Amino acid sequence: MTKVDDLYQEIILDHYKHPHGRGLREPYLAEAHHVNPTCGDEVTLRVNLADDTITDVSYEGMGCSISQASASVLHEIMVGLPVIEALARHDAFATLMAGRGEVEPDEEVLGDAVAFAGVARYPARVKCALLSWMAFKDALARAAEESIVEGSAS
Amino acid sequence: MTATLPTYDVDTVRADFPILSRQVNGHPLVYLDSAATSQKPRQVLDALRAHYEGCNANVSRSVHTLGTEATEAFEGARAKVAAFIGAARPEEVVFTKNSTEAINLVAHAFSERAIDPRFRLGPGDEIVISEMEHHSNILPWQLLCERTGATLRWFGLTDDGRLDESNLDELVNERTRLVSLVHVSNILGTANDVGPIVARARQVGALVMLDGSQSVPHLPVDVAALGVDFLAFTGHKMCGPTGIGGLWGRYELLQAMPPFLGGGSMIETVTMQRSTYAQPPMKFEAGTPPIAEAVGLGAAVDYLSGIGMDAIHRHEKELAGYALDALASVPDLRVIGPRTAEGRGGTISFALGDIHPHDVGQILDTEGVQVRVGHHCARPVCVRFGVPATTRASFYLYTTTDEVDALVRGLEKVRKVFG
Ligand SMILES: Cc1ncc(COP(=O)(O)O)c(C=O)c1O
Repeated sequence: MTKVDDLYQEIILDHYKHPHGRGLREPYLAEAHHVNPTCGDEVTLRVNLADDTITDVSYEGMGCSISQASASVLHEIMVGLPVIEALARHDAFATLMAGRGEVEPDEEVLGDAVAFAGVARYPARVKCALLSWMAFKDALARAAEESIVEGSAS
Repeated sequence: MTATLPTYDVDTVRADFPILSRQVNGHPLVYLDSAATSQKPRQVLDALRAHYEGCNANVSRSVHTLGTEATEAFEGARAKVAAFIGAARPEEVVFTKNSTEAINLVAHAFSERAIDPRFRLGPGDEIVISEMEHHSNILPWQLLCERTGATLRWFGLTDDGRLDESNLDELVNERTRLVSLVHVSNILGTANDVGPIVARARQVGALVMLDGSQSVPHLPVDVAALGVDFLAFTGHKMCGPTGIGGLWGRYELLQAMPPFLGGGSMIETVTMQRSTYAQPPMKFEAGTPPIAEAVGLGAAVDYLSGIGMDAIHRHEKELAGYALDALASVPDLRVIGPRTAEGRGGTISFALGDIHPHDVGQILDTEGVQVRVGHHCARPVCVRFGVPATTRASFYLYTTTDEVDALVRGLEKVRKVFG
């Protein structure tokens, strides 16, 4: 495999060319907007929850193939997961990305996101891969606050 | 294809730059990012080493021999830089760490309480910039306007990436205190003809500052001929080290300006109550300056002058013409900026279909081709042309047509991966 195939795995190119779950949808509990200041890439991401389970992750943004594909993979992994489980997988992905290519990803946990293992070897691109994931974590934290407020009001 | 002028031997030039013989990802390095920073010739590297090995000492504060030699080398570098840009005297050149600091220095001369009326700025007064500025020539003025209540205005751009001067007389008016403009754009490559703007500024009594970060390294720049009041430039883009740049200003204006940073070396006399300041340029050079870096910049100026700024400018203009033709053959490629070699430098930004510049740059890197991708610290330009970012190839005295060919081949590969 040449270096570039290592970065641009078929799975990544597939998600980039045919993104899953793209577009902002209602209803949603919380939204986050993240920007990568060095390149101007942006994502707006919404999460919806019901009974501590993620019922939707919808997003819109512009960016490179890595950032677009990682948002698509994020959607695929997270929808249907309990919040606790989603956070664990988020951690696993963040660890993979911080690993400089030394971390062996667990396909059981990360699904298609294992394809991003190669990205970790390109420090300049790690931020691209993490853009939507960081927005997701932010939105999830806000959604948790929202649901607590709602919960206590009812 | 244009033949390289017989007087310009790019291979001889390249032999002076050790880094150009290295490999990147198994390919010969194709360095097309000189607008971000230039490579350094052996002559500059040697000057740095010779300074540290031969006469390293602090400047302007000792009677000993090393101190005297270091001071002479430092002031000698100032004189070389002054001559290089056509300054009336060396004392008109203030060493800064880069262009950014030079522009901030001028911005901090303006205030509501300035003693000299030319630097008095308050509500109702206006500063004029353009939409093609580097963030370094936007932020200092935005901050200044926030401090003083003055208004920031700007020239727009035409669709082919030139300055829109159609509203010059309205934009630059009696309320204008300063026009600060980029000489050559680091993202569009556009070279601005400042003549009409200087003439209008003179009519209304406004000062003119030029951001020469991308012009001083690439073409003959003569501050007297340009007729401006201030010029900012940065050493690392002109074969010099990082950490050194300069502000040129008319001496009488530098005298009228308040100091910028306070500290050692910028004073005349100090008491616990108040102090008086040294004359320019010392007034603006608080603390130990980047001494070896200044000496390196002096060596860079010698190096560039030895080759000749006219020759360098011609070489880059030919390359720009060659590259514009070559890029026109790439399907779906849109040049963002002037599409002819006239009135532009050797910096070319483009969009390749809707493939993101990050992806373009990444694939090019696997071929050894180093281009910059992103908004190039000129985000308003990207917004103006409706792109999130661009891919930018920028040339210098050591760039060859073969390297342009390597870029074009690389772009074909990008299209294959993402097509
Ligand atoms: C047009 C222009 N202005 C200002 C700057 C800032 O230069 P420096 O970062 O060396 O201060 C640059 C370089 O990035 C530039 O291209």
